[in-house]
Amino acid sequence: MLKMTHLQMVYRTHLIETHALRDFSIHVREGEFVAVTGPSGSGKTTFLNIAGLLEEFTGGEYWLDGVDVRGLNDNARSKLRNEKIGFIFQSFNLIPDLNLFDNVDVPLRYRGFAAADRKKRIEESLTRVGLSSRMKHYPSELSGGQQQRVAIARALAGSPRLLMADEPTGNLDSLMARGVMELLEEVNRQGTTIVMVTHDPELAARAHRNVHVIDGQVTDFDEEPRLRKSGSGESGVGSGLKAPASV
Amino acid sequence: MFTYYLQLGLRSLRRNPILTALMVIGIALGIAASMTTLTVMHLMGSDPIPWKSDKLHYVQLDSWSADDSFYSNGRPPDQVTYRDAQALMEAGKADKQAAMFKLSLPIQPENKDLKPFRSLGRVTYTDFFGMFEPPFKYGGPWSRDQDRSHERVIVLGKVMNEKLFGGQDSVGRTVRMDDIDYTIVGVLDDWKLRMRYYDLTNGPFEDPDEFFMPFTTAIDLKQRSTGNNSCWKSPGDGWDAYLDSDCVWIQMWVQLDSPARLAEYKSFLDSYVGEQKKLGRFPRPLNNRLLDVNAWMADQEVVSRDVQVQTGLAFAFLIVCLVNTVGLLLAKFTRKSGEIGLRRALGASRREVFSQFLIESGVVGLSGGILGLALTGLGLLAVRALYSQYKTVAHLDWTMTGVTIALAVVSAVLAGLYPTWRACRVQPAAQLKI
Repeated sequence: MLKMTHLQMVYRTHLIETHALRDFSIHVREGEFVAVTGPSGSGKTTFLNIAGLLEEFTGGEYWLDGVDVRGLNDNARSKLRNEKIGFIFQSFNLIPDLNLFDNVDVPLRYRGFAAADRKKRIEESLTRVGLSSRMKHYPSELSGGQQQRVAIARALAGSPRLLMADEPTGNLDSLMARGVMELLEEVNRQGTTIVMVTHDPELAARAHRNVHVIDGQVTDFDEEPRLRKSGSGESGVGSGLKAPASV
Repeated sequence: MFTYYLQLGLRSLRRNPILTALMVIGIALGIAASMTTLTVMHLMGSDPIPWKSDKLHYVQLDSWSADDSFYSNGRPPDQVTYRDAQALMEAGKADKQAAMFKLSLPIQPENKDLKPFRSLGRVTYTDFFGMFEPPFKYGGPWSRDQDRSHERVIVLGKVMNEKLFGGQDSVGRTVRMDDIDYTIVGVLDDWKLRMRYYDLTNGPFEDPDEFFMPFTTAIDLKQRSTGNNSCWKSPGDGWDAYLDSDCVWIQMWVQLDSPARLAEYKSFLDSYVGEQKKLGRFPRPLNNRLLDVNAWMADQEVVSRDVQVQTGLAFAFLIVCLVNTVGLLLAKFTRKSGEIGLRRALGASRREVFSQFLIESGVVGLSGGILGLALTGLGLLAVRALYSQYKTVAHLDWTMTGVTIALAVVSAVLAGLYPTWRACRVQPAAQLKI
């Protein structure tokens, strides 16, 4: 689903070069739920930006669902991002002056779906996250947990194959966080691949596999994906192996 | 997507009402200032008779002094002498021809409730009506026979007929002018002349003529022109000497229905002047001109330099307003960086972001244009109130209404180009803290 090989990301100014990612390799298979952990400044954000096609990289290879993304122009990258990836942000990032229906509609507009198809998808997505009765409400009328559910509905409406989540429960209390995690697990069980950045070891433990990043390199990961067994509570905390991450 | 972007643009206007109001008012003021002056200039300079302006020609002959030209740049006089006008009318070489001059006469109304008053009118030939096509409400022009027989007939303008006869059909009745009775043969309807282009020498934006009488009759009655009269040597004493002099005081128009006829007439004029030179007149080199309506208006600078400068200043003000709009749009779009980053993350390409924000700028422009149109209306009202000579040209027509809206939208889109370009360069990753 997502494969990076010897990826390099160097930020250059006329004074200094900063290596945000160096020789970064990772392979996320279809249907996996991968947690990316690491301290602040380790390169997790750069990884997510590049993986989400929001930023270009300076070396190495990146294949997304079989597509080599090197050299794609802005239009092609935007199209690929729209079709393949759904984003969930820590701060929800809903547009305040659009109601829930119109917020979920945003990625579908760029996909070019017909109005009837968009309406059906929006209603299904909001129903899936339990907010079908609030379609005409505005984000400010919802709790944080509900806003994150809307963000998940927006991410899922276009049926992406990969969901990228950045600290999806970072702004929520524990009760709401649990609800959002359960929703993500359910989405994953239904076949959507999830890559989640988190600081929370408890959340990371609920993923199939953990990838630990330090100084722009993968330093710690589970060698083989351990697919979740329903109700087993099995976690994928890093094993300490130093070989490339499932490449 | 256009409709979607339009909806977003309208929604965005409501989101920051103060910022929106500042932009809309800024554009509206700039548009109103420029469109008010542009409307006046446009209508001043526009073709007053587009269906035949290329057929109507103003005759200029250089009968001026050998020592000095009429104009320093060598242009011939703006009017012709009586002798030349008479000769050209008698020759009848054009398809239609009308010599004319301005005349002011006292009117002595039949209605004793009305006091005598002075009235400005035009002395001309019957062809005038066929050439310049004023609409008749009652009756019609006098005939060529009546021209030849110096008959005391008259055509009244609509306003004069309303004043003297309450707007009734007055054909066949008489009007007394300077103790002479003239029989009314026709009454004009509302002649929507933006300017009196047929007599630019006496001011194009004066009130419409209130009556028209035969040239031959006026000469018979020794009526002197109340328009411009220029002489380069003394005309001598008496009416006959004046008519025989080299003073120029008559405007001469001809209608030439084809380029071939125009060439023939030019040739005729050259021959005529050649003949006159043999008689000792026309001491200057051959310098005849036959300008059509638009060329004659340009020659006479109907659109004055003042109006052109005012229009230039108004457009400079519009540019200042647009620079202000650029700043406000920059502020508005910068505040939307987060939304732009989000839209990019959700699949919008740079081109789509560019389109969305350019359309939003267009919506601001459209709103400014609508308000600007209302302000332009007020501006023109003020022009009509302050400058009565512009009352016929200070009106919005459909063309200028369209131009106003289009100018506002185009201006706002131009003002939005840089802020929009900045908006579409937003790095989504930097805005989303992903």
